[in-house]
Amino acid sequence: MKLTGKAWKFGADVDTDAIIPARRLNTSDPAELAKYCMEDADPDFVRKMKAGDLIVAGKNFGCGSSREHAPIAIKAAGVSCVIAPSFARIFYRNAFNMGLPIFECAEAAADIREGDEVTVDAGTGVIRNATTGAEYRAAPIPPFMQELIADGGLMAHLAKKARAG
Amino acid sequence: MTITEKILAAHAGLPRVEPGQIINVRVDVALGNDITAPIAIREFKQAGANRVFDRSRVVLVPDHFAPNKDILSAEQCKVLRDFAREQDLEHYFEIGEMGVEHALLPEQGIVGPGDVVIGADSHTCTYGALGAFSTGVGSTDLAAAMITGEAWFKVPESMKFVYTGKLGPWVEGKDLILATIGRIGVDGALYRAMEFTGPAIDALGMDDRFTMANMAIEAGGKSGIIAPDATTRAYVEGRVKRPPTYYESGPDARYREVIEIDCSRLRPQVAFPHLPSNTRSVDEAGTVAIDQVVIGSCTNGRIEDLRRAARVMRGQRVAPYVRCLVIPATQEIYRQALQEGLIEVFLDAKAAVSTPTCGPCLGGHMGILAKGERAVATTNRNFVGRMGHPESEVYLTNPAVAAASAVLGRIASPEEVAA
Ligand code: SF4
Repeated sequence: MKLTGKAWKFGADVDTDAIIPARRLNTSDPAELAKYCMEDADPDFVRKMKAGDLIVAGKNFGCGSSREHAPIAIKAAGVSCVIAPSFARIFYRNAFNMGLPIFECAEAAADIREGDEVTVDAGTGVIRNATTGAEYRAAPIPPFMQELIADGGLMAHLAKKARAG
Repeated sequence: MTITEKILAAHAGLPRVEPGQIINVRVDVALGNDITAPIAIREFKQAGANRVFDRSRVVLVPDHFAPNKDILSAEQCKVLRDFAREQDLEHYFEIGEMGVEHALLPEQGIVGPGDVVIGADSHTCTYGALGAFSTGVGSTDLAAAMITGEAWFKVPESMKFVYTGKLGPWVEGKDLILATIGRIGVDGALYRAMEFTGPAIDALGMDDRFTMANMAIEAGGKSGIIAPDATTRAYVEGRVKRPPTYYESGPDARYREVIEIDCSRLRPQVAFPHLPSNTRSVDEAGTVAIDQVVIGSCTNGRIEDLRRAARVMRGQRVAPYVRCLVIPATQEIYRQALQEGLIEVFLDAKAAVSTPTCGPCLGGHMGILAKGERAVATTNRNFVGRMGHPESEVYLTNPAVAAASAVLGRIASPEEVAA
């Protein structure tokens, strides 16, 4: 699968309150949450971005609360994937469990500028910056996590295991 | 093996585990709240599941937006209530019994030493104070655990913290953990288990230990853990519902890093906006005028916290135009504070005392900040917009500093108010 879009840059330690603030958590409806994606980091983000665009951020992306509303809001807003040097562990886990592609790559996160056209090959983890021509390779995804993604998330993975007995 | 590895190995049915290994473990308790459980329950139903794996081990606590703050929140809490009724859950807490989940579960003896606990709430790491492996997960993980009674984990590397020296006056568990996060940063323990040890930890009571384990996540930690000792045993005896297992790290335990922290010169800490790692000592805070003080939460809403706040506030008055909210974390703590006369101290000082709720801690309700306002809070996060308007500010402190700040209307050290 190839993910292509324009890069939107965010800083280090973007927390889940910035991704989707608590005042929006009285619902878990993805379409509703999407409207407020990244609201407290950039109030205009959802108006500026287009479906398929990528978030490129600094280290420890998604720190803070365990709210799955954060990856849900990002996914439902149409963001195709997130690239960062590292992710907070619950966010990392949630992203795989619910099928939001994320890539750990410090060089790409540092080099890519806002507005660059970026393509990510989700299978190989190769990140290409079409604007500059630079190419990067994201950290390999552990086999178990690859299995989760291939099965379509944790619940689908469990269902498959149950069917297999 | 470390204490964390021993607990995980026992729950995975393996003789030993190594950091980095991906394992499937049996969970003793799976927890959800009114924000995270509705998604888990939806996934539980979508998966076609009928019954939870064990009605005594799935715990639901509507504490974040309860008492219901608006119609949508009421609907979310109703999802929990309906599910609890349908599944006949042993541990569902309605208002009147409800407390902030991470104060409530240990108090009610639902979690104990040696357990593996997952919660769809990042501060589930709190129960590490009992010598349990306990960590926050997402709603999907909770849904899976409600069905299977299991969860997958990558065995974390451990990081050992050794606290030495005697704590000075008004220095608490909160200051130790804030100083630690200040030193290693908000991702200083990313993916790792933080093991808190040393003579200064041995001397801490349970409430301070809960505060420390609670904020492991603020350093990026997967879990925080303190090996059980006599203090732990005294706390859990006669309280914990299942027989506890006491683990400790073996002589062969391997650590990614060992960090020593001398506490003898430590002063009460203040985490400035907008990261918990942005710490300085209260003496270096400068003049920071404030609009609100919140004393409560799963970090510092326990009885020992209220005692310390009351010691500072006794005979004092909250500064003009400052709002001070005191939120006992559970009904039992509330009752105890009432019996000890602490509530009267707060009322005399013109503080508002609330029923247990997360409330303002996450900017939910009961004390939201306006644009440009500043709060001192005993909570655990001071991110942008955490307690209200994106241009408001939160300063994290221990309860004694929060109480002194309420009295003086600016960030203040307890010595400025009480002896
Ligand atoms: S008190 Fe605050 S940190 Fe603790 S569970 Fe509630 S919202 Fe989360």
